[in-house]
Amino acid sequence: MKISYFPGCTLKTMAKNFEDSAIASLSFLGIEMVELPRWNCCGTVYSLTSDDLIHQVAPIRNFIRVKEARDTRVVALCSMCYHTLKRANKLVKEDKEKLDKLNNLMYREDVKYNGEVEVLHLLEILKNEVGFNQVSKKVKMPLKGLKVAPYYGCLLLRPPEVGFDDPESPTILKDFLESVGAEAIDYPYETECCGSYNTVVNVNLVVERAYDILSFAISQKAEAIVLSCPLCGFNLDNRQKEIKEKFPDFKSVPVFYFTQLLALSLGLDEKVCRFELNFIDPRPLLKSKHLIGGV
Amino acid sequence: MRTEISIQNLKSKFLDKVEELSEENIYTCYQCGKCSAGCPSISEMDISPCEIIRLVQLGQEKEVLDSKTIWICASCFTCVTRCPKGVDLAKVMEALRQITLRKNVDYVSPLSIPKEVLSQVPQIALVSCLRKFSA
Ligand code: SF4
Ligand code: SF4
Ligand code: SF4
Ligand code: SF4
Repeated sequence: MKISYFPGCTLKTMAKNFEDSAIASLSFLGIEMVELPRWNCCGTVYSLTSDDLIHQVAPIRNFIRVKEARDTRVVALCSMCYHTLKRANKLVKEDKEKLDKLNNLMYREDVKYNGEVEVLHLLEILKNEVGFNQVSKKVKMPLKGLKVAPYYGCLLLRPPEVGFDDPESPTILKDFLESVGAEAIDYPYETECCGSYNTVVNVNLVVERAYDILSFAISQKAEAIVLSCPLCGFNLDNRQKEIKEKFPDFKSVPVFYFTQLLALSLGLDEKVCRFELNFIDPRPLLKSKHLIGGV
Repeated sequence: MRTEISIQNLKSKFLDKVEELSEENIYTCYQCGKCSAGCPSISEMDISPCEIIRLVQLGQEKEVLDSKTIWICASCFTCVTRCPKGVDLAKVMEALRQITLRKNVDYVSPLSIPKEVLSQVPQIALVSCLRKFSA
């Protein structure tokens, strides 16, 4: 099976470990993710004001690209891209007048968008099309003994109209973790916001938030965190540097994209996980669990 | 701070503008406080989310637009998910930010972001920060 894939800019740069591990794993599971030709930035945040149509042009234009690729579905990996594409799509599917206006704003497009495309997140594909049962069957190296805390963040599941799971007590990442043989840790901050783009101008806010989230997970014996968004990733992983400066007793904890754990469990070449791009190096932990080579 | 409530405030264009931009009926809110109770950013705010909506109901334009709260709110949609009256407070907060930004007033000017920060943070953070904070 083939599916059109919208990467978004961060998966092409800082989060290459997310992209590479996803493409390799899905290909192993029989799904070819075909990058959308000429995709453009979706704008990262969904515009929340009623009259702000101009910021809907960017996400909607990507659906024209999907149509040109003769597909009706597009999959995103980054929670922010997913959220923005999904809501922009819902907006125009429900509001013909806005859809017409938007088509009118696309001066250089030959194809009109009429709401034909469906937006999916990779976790949905794994759950509903591959099936976590099937994933387990293909697992060559169960991540036995690895205690991982799922972190959903905000934009993957909220508001409920975008989500594919219970927004207050989701289980999809837990189910995923169990399918690859890891142990999912339960803790109360899995859907708590990390502070998002405040990381650019208000580092302290993000540091405090990330510290609370991570230290609670650690107190419940989590040895690692798993997530699906490069901004959550930056705030929970890279900001551990600043967390350590502010809270010297903090013990660092590796943060994975779910696709890195998937690739590892499927027995794929460790290179596709690009662990060197994770800020807190997860390799010592994985070695101690005999999940990667070396001592 | 002393808050003056008058008929002029209640009939202000400000209130209409907030309702127009957010497409929310501000008076739907019955002040249960659930939004504030669950807001992960409340410790950084000077006015709580439910007070913001109350002040909007009372037409207190200046107090609301001068607050830190509207910029601290990161559109995490926790309150939207939980409000028993279905008020989309994230849209109200966005409308309030837009009322300032549309006067060409930046909360964060792109030029004020230091070079080290620009090269450190992911694109996704920069684009969203500027979308939310600059005119
Ligand atoms: S949202 Fe980003 S990650 Fe998604 S494409 Fe746009 S800026 Fe990039
Ligand atoms: S970056 Fe933080 S704010 Fe965002 S989706 Fe991830 S958790 Fe929410
Ligand atoms: S949760 Fe809804 S009804 Fe309750 S105070 Fe907040 S906005 Fe008003
Ligand atoms: S959307 Fe804003 S006000 Fe609502 S809970 Fe999140 S940060 Fe608080």
